[in-house]
Amino acid sequence: MSRLMRRLPDIDSLVPYIGTILLILGGSIFYPQILGVDYLTQQLQISAFLGLLALGATLVILLGHIDLSVPWILGGAAILSTSLAGTGDTVLTALAIPAALLFGALIGIVNGVGVAILRIPSMVWTLAVNSMLLGVAVLNTGGFNPKGEASNTMIWLATGQLAGIPAAFIVWMAVAGMMALLLTRSGFGRYLSAIGYNEKATFLSGVSTPSVIFAAFAIAGVCSALGGVLLAGYANQAYQSMGDPFLLPTIAAVVIGGTSILGGRGSLVGTIGGVLFITLLTSILSVMQISDAWRNITFGMIIIVMLLLQTLRKKGG
Amino acid sequence: MPRSETAIVRLSGVSKTYGATKALSDVDFACFAGEIHAILGENGAGKSTLMKLVSGVIQPTSGHIDVDGTRTDLSSPADAMARGLICMFQELSLVPDLTVRENLMLGAPGRGLGRLDTAVVERAQAILSQIDGNAIRMKARVADLTLAERQQVEIAKALSRNPRLLILDEATSALNASVVEKVFRLIRARRDAGVGVLFISHRFHEIEALADRISIFRNGSHVETFDNGAYDYGAIISKMVGQRIDDLFPAKPDPVADAEEVISLNGFGWSDTLDDVSIVLRKGCITGLGGLDGQGQGEVLQGLFGLLKSTRGDCMMDGWKITVNHPKAAKSPTLGIALVPEDRKTEGLVLEQSIAHNMELAALGVEGIDAGDPAIYQPFIDALELKCDSLDQTVSELSGGNQQKVALTKWLSLGPRCMLLADPTRGIDVKTKTQIYALLRRLADSGVAILLLSTDYEELIHLCDDAHIFYNGRVVRQLSGADITAENIIAASLNMHETPAAAEGTAHA
Amino acid sequence: MRDLLRANQRETIAFSVLVALLVSYLATHPAGPTTYVMTIWANQCLILALAAIAQFFAVIVRGIDLSVGAIMALTNCIASYLVIGTGAEMAFGIIVVLAAGVGCGVLNGLLVVYGRIQPIVVTLATASVFVGLALLLRPTPGGQIDYDLADALTLDVLGVPTALVITAAVIGLIWVPLRRTGLGLGLYAVGSSEQAAFQSGMPVAKIRLASFALGGLFAGLAGLYFSLVTTTGDAGIGPNFTLNSIAAVVLGGVALRGGVGTLTGAIAGAFILKTIGALMFFSGLPPLAQPFVEGLILAAAIAIGGADVLRVKNKLEVFGR
Repeated sequence: MSRLMRRLPDIDSLVPYIGTILLILGGSIFYPQILGVDYLTQQLQISAFLGLLALGATLVILLGHIDLSVPWILGGAAILSTSLAGTGDTVLTALAIPAALLFGALIGIVNGVGVAILRIPSMVWTLAVNSMLLGVAVLNTGGFNPKGEASNTMIWLATGQLAGIPAAFIVWMAVAGMMALLLTRSGFGRYLSAIGYNEKATFLSGVSTPSVIFAAFAIAGVCSALGGVLLAGYANQAYQSMGDPFLLPTIAAVVIGGTSILGGRGSLVGTIGGVLFITLLTSILSVMQISDAWRNITFGMIIIVMLLLQTLRKKGG
Repeated sequence: MPRSETAIVRLSGVSKTYGATKALSDVDFACFAGEIHAILGENGAGKSTLMKLVSGVIQPTSGHIDVDGTRTDLSSPADAMARGLICMFQELSLVPDLTVRENLMLGAPGRGLGRLDTAVVERAQAILSQIDGNAIRMKARVADLTLAERQQVEIAKALSRNPRLLILDEATSALNASVVEKVFRLIRARRDAGVGVLFISHRFHEIEALADRISIFRNGSHVETFDNGAYDYGAIISKMVGQRIDDLFPAKPDPVADAEEVISLNGFGWSDTLDDVSIVLRKGCITGLGGLDGQGQGEVLQGLFGLLKSTRGDCMMDGWKITVNHPKAAKSPTLGIALVPEDRKTEGLVLEQSIAHNMELAALGVEGIDAGDPAIYQPFIDALELKCDSLDQTVSELSGGNQQKVALTKWLSLGPRCMLLADPTRGIDVKTKTQIYALLRRLADSGVAILLLSTDYEELIHLCDDAHIFYNGRVVRQLSGADITAENIIAASLNMHETPAAAEGTAHA
Repeated sequence: MRDLLRANQRETIAFSVLVALLVSYLATHPAGPTTYVMTIWANQCLILALAAIAQFFAVIVRGIDLSVGAIMALTNCIASYLVIGTGAEMAFGIIVVLAAGVGCGVLNGLLVVYGRIQPIVVTLATASVFVGLALLLRPTPGGQIDYDLADALTLDVLGVPTALVITAAVIGLIWVPLRRTGLGLGLYAVGSSEQAAFQSGMPVAKIRLASFALGGLFAGLAGLYFSLVTTTGDAGIGPNFTLNSIAAVVLGGVALRGGVGTLTGAIAGAFILKTIGALMFFSGLPPLAQPFVEGLILAAAIAIGGADVLRVKNKLEVFGR
């Protein structure tokens, strides 16, 4: 690429990595097992679930929008894939993952239509879509945990290893790599942040802004669905509200990674750092065996401190 | 006229910098009670920065401000207002979602967050009735008012606060001549009652009519202050520009008979804003669209660029009927239409992004163009003499003129067949204007068809090969060659058919 | 008149919808429009209405508050310890509960105004802290509220549900007077155009802080009223109320871009949302279908509200909506 395409490394996206290293070092003083290969490998595996969701959310947040339908795209994909795999039929089992991803893409497009065509604030529209999906799930499963089980592929993707590296982590990195290629090698990444800064000027530059918005929401939907498939593989089942605990950490990971919640500025590298940071933070807090209450408090405070650091750095610079 | 000895506001050695840009450098300036003090300068000369400092919107980087002889730091507009320094901004201090009445009460001095003061509303209404503002309903939302009505409300709002120093920043730009005269009468009365007035306007004859003293600013420095009448027009202009500009416009070539048609509009119409417009754009010609603001000229450009739904009439290109339904279609190589929109800050550019990113945004994804190739931008960067540290610099850090150069380059790099420009020189310094004019003429010579919307009739006269004058959504007069004169343009703009001696006065307004 | 109707168009629609829903609710209810039925309904509506008011104060200044539910949970847990005993003890307890709400709001406000972090992100993080504090107080649901006080405030006054009296009092004694002050006007001004408000001499930072403090106060009131209705403390009530409070303000015609909408609209939105739920309970719809229909109605209402965008003939007009 030419000089014009050159990108400068962004300090904001390095902050969460520094935070992650500090967490590991600080935690290892009290709990030496944190430095062990087993523990760290396990963290990479667990972070893949949040990581996939956060990759999709990064695209949407770069646009200046937000996707609150993550929980039930995740839950829906998990239910869909486990019920297909649970039939025992070979063809249906093979279709489990593609069907779940297609489901994610479709819901993503529904999100995109509301936001790009009807111009409904994404926060409201995706919230409504989320509650409709919840309704469908309840109607479908009768309010009980859905029957069905994960296919072997799903279980392997979530819990298997390849040369000692967790398969889930490899999936996460592969998706991140493809997304990075898409963002840098086509105009897509450029369009995303241009829309995030100024949608009108981008439209007037002859960019089909609705298509970009559809695509971003659809990709985000696929990411959430993939997260659901892996999570169902991990638990070997789908369960009610399995996505709810992921919504806020997803947004937090993206923001800690230096992506502006107002859109325009941000990076995938930062998001990956943010995911590692949040996963480790949660994990170390639970290793310390402190109560739920203190875990919540510490989690919130550390996020606030990270964000205040971002503000301070900008004021200083 | 009584002029007091102590200045209401005195700036001593004041500088204001934004990042690397110096908006004001080492300015000494004073404004006294009982005088109307006009500030003259080109865009980017520092006039608005000065106004913002005096009204407390921003604070100086160095130097200090005295009010009534005591040093103060004017930390906020509320602080400035409490000292009687009231600024009338171009239109920005009205809240769009509130009603006129609510806006008049907003921030009325001495009330803070407590109970609202309804007395200011009556005072403001009395002022409105003196400036033809009777028709403005107190309960109307400000967003639903016209620009002129908003300016009237803004004037009433400022005057109802009993200023000791009234700051007017382009306060009357949308008002017609008779209203402007009434506003001036009010301002003079205040002056005679001992109020100081700071006044910015781009209309030179307004300054001549109103000002007692004039201060000239150039490139962020205070050049000179003198009594009105001390210098003639030409001398003042050269002080403003800092150099003599002899040839603002490039020489007009002789008209080419039967130049090739690129686009022709036949009976073009849209909604109830535009009706039965027929315009032919020819290769190598600069076609002008003139008239008062908002008579449908803008919609012609928007229609050609695919921004309007359900238009009437035909649009022909090379003899084929075409439908442009999206900017993406317009910019494709088959059509090759480019639009440089009117508002560069919100429509033309993504201010937060770098120059390079902005320039590439239009070219990205267009067939046969490599947006990453600097060579497609360089000729225009050179021709327009774009001043920047590097192409990675953020566009918001550039001056208005340089921003417009980026907006132009972004579209020129596509090699369009037809360039649509909406008032490309509005609010831009003279030097940049000459560069843009020269470039447009050279583009035309190279075979591009240019459609230029302009509110400056000098541009229509000296730059355009023919001009269409709009009134109320229709072309009322088509002028070409020697017929493009100020008299003809003005008459047509006001929809009068004879040469109007009577209209001369209003035309300047 | 034209201006008045136009300005209140969204509220007018919301109120008409509410009346229609309420009539069908009372008509389908097997017991008919008795005081008892009305009281149960009004209590549920008021809890959400107070939460929606808290959200309204965040949204009107172009913010959003994801900690409304968390503040409710925290204040609910505090109330379950303190709102019991002698009159003086209960009065003290109520003051502490409301002060906690205001404190949470002020913390949010300080982080937004001086920490320069977007409201959505701030409240996302503080919500976690508030829920943590609530869990410290009540790891499992429990505690008690004074029954006499609860009865006094959740039954009826001369046949009119007390909750409706409180709703009227909030509008008449808080909102109407507030609307006549510089603060009330300033909230709208800051939400509609911060720049214009600043240049008009309004103290923007103070107004923003005040709006978050008011939001915290009403979230605290919502938590308190929830305690009175359930007479117990539960740290897990938050998430539903946060999301429903957003849905309620949107249904009530408050624009998420700030500066447009009224507190009464937010109340109407909350009442609509709760009435839909109640209506479905007695409508003979299979219980399992209810969440779906609820979601569908919400989505349809919002989509219809947005549909006029399709009639726009100039493509540039859709931006900045």
